[in-house]
Amino acid sequence: MRKWSFVVGGLLVALLLAGVVSNFASPHPDGLDSSLREGCTLDTDGEITGGSCPAQQEQEHEIGGPLADYGIAGLDNEFLSTGLSGVLGVLLTFVLAGGAFRLVRRRDAAPETGGSRDADRPGTPATSQG
Amino acid sequence: METLAMHISNGIIDGPVAAAFGVVALAAMAVGVRRGRQDLDDRLAPMAGLVAAFIFAVQMLNFPIFTAGISGHLLGGALAAMLVGPWVGALCIAVVLVVQALVFGDGGVAMLGLNVTNMAVLAVAVAYLLIALLLRVLPRSTTGLAVTAFVAALVSVVVAAMGFVLQYWLGGTADLGGNLAALAGTMAVSHLFIGIGEGLITATTVVTVAKVRPDLVYALRALKPAAPATDATVGGVR
Repeated sequence: MRKWSFVVGGLLVALLLAGVVSNFASPHPDGLDSSLREGCTLDTDGEITGGSCPAQQEQEHEIGGPLADYGIAGLDNEFLSTGLSGVLGVLLTFVLAGGAFRLVRRRDAAPETGGSRDADRPGTPATSQG
Repeated sequence: METLAMHISNGIIDGPVAAAFGVVALAAMAVGVRRGRQDLDDRLAPMAGLVAAFIFAVQMLNFPIFTAGISGHLLGGALAAMLVGPWVGALCIAVVLVVQALVFGDGGVAMLGLNVTNMAVLAVAVAYLLIALLLRVLPRSTTGLAVTAFVAALVSVVVAAMGFVLQYWLGGTADLGGNLAALAGTMAVSHLFIGIGEGLITATTVVTVAKVRPDLVYALRALKPAAPATDATVGGVR
C-alpha cells in the first residue's frame, strides 16, 4: 500500500535524523535560552558565573528520567547515547501520536470495496468532504 | 554540555500564570480533537503520526545562528499545519511537547501549558492563516508553495517567541526592572534568524512531499485554487 510506503520511508528519515544527524547539532544555547541569559556573565561551558538574568530563576525539572536531556543515563559514549535516545524518542512519538490519532479518527461507514484506490491518486478530489 | 531545546524550563514563569496557560492549552487541544476528528481518516492518521515523529527528530537538530554562539531548531508549527492541517497539526506539536517534557526532561512539566500555547496553538494558528491566505494569492507553482511555507514558518516562529514575551510580562520570575522591551527585542531578533532556518527547512520538506505525494499535503487538498463558483466548501473566505 502506497500510504504505508510513504510513512515507512518518512519514519526512516526521521530515525536517521534523530539517531545520527542529531550528534552534529549545534551545542550553543538556543534563542530562548540565550535571551534569558542576557545580563549574566558566562564561562566557557556556558555556566552562569555572575550578573543577573532571568535564567538564574530556573529550577530543576520535575522528572528528569533515564532519557533526560536527550541521552541515555549511564551510557558513556556520547554519540550512542544521543543517537539511541533520539531513536527511542522518534519511535515513542510515532506510536503515541499514531495510536492516538487512530483512536480518534473518523470512521466512514463501510467503504465500497476497492474504491480506496482513487483516494491515492494525486489530483483527484479528496474523498467525501466533511 | 547543556542541550536544552527552545522550551520554557521550570521556574521561569510563575505558577499561577503557568497554570492559567495550562487551562488555555487544554481547552485549545479539546477543540483540536473535536475539529481534527473530521480531518482524520484512515489516510491522515498514520501521516499525522509520522509528522509528529518527524518533528520530534528535527527538533533535536539545533542549527547555529551565524552570530556568536546562538542556536535554534525547528518548531514545526507551519510544517504540521501544511501537511496535516491546523487542528491535527496542533495536536501533533502538543504530543511532541508532552513526550519531550515527560520523557526527555525538556521543558518543565508545570510549564507545558505555556509551551503548548506558544508552539502548538499560536504558531500553528498563525501559520495556517498565512498558508490559507498565501496559497490563494500566490501562483500555484512549486515556487508559490515554497514561498508560502517559508513565510508561514518564519512568522510563526516570531509569533511564538512573542507569546513567550507576553507570558513573561504576565508572570516572569525575574525582575527585569521594567525592561521587558529588551527581552522582547532579543527574543524577536534571535527568533527572526531562527525563523529563517525554520522557513528553509519547512519549504524544503513541504516541496519534497508535494513532489512525491501531492495528495498527502493537507493544505493543497483543502485550499483548492479559487475556482469560479464551485459548491461552497469549508471556510468562509471569499
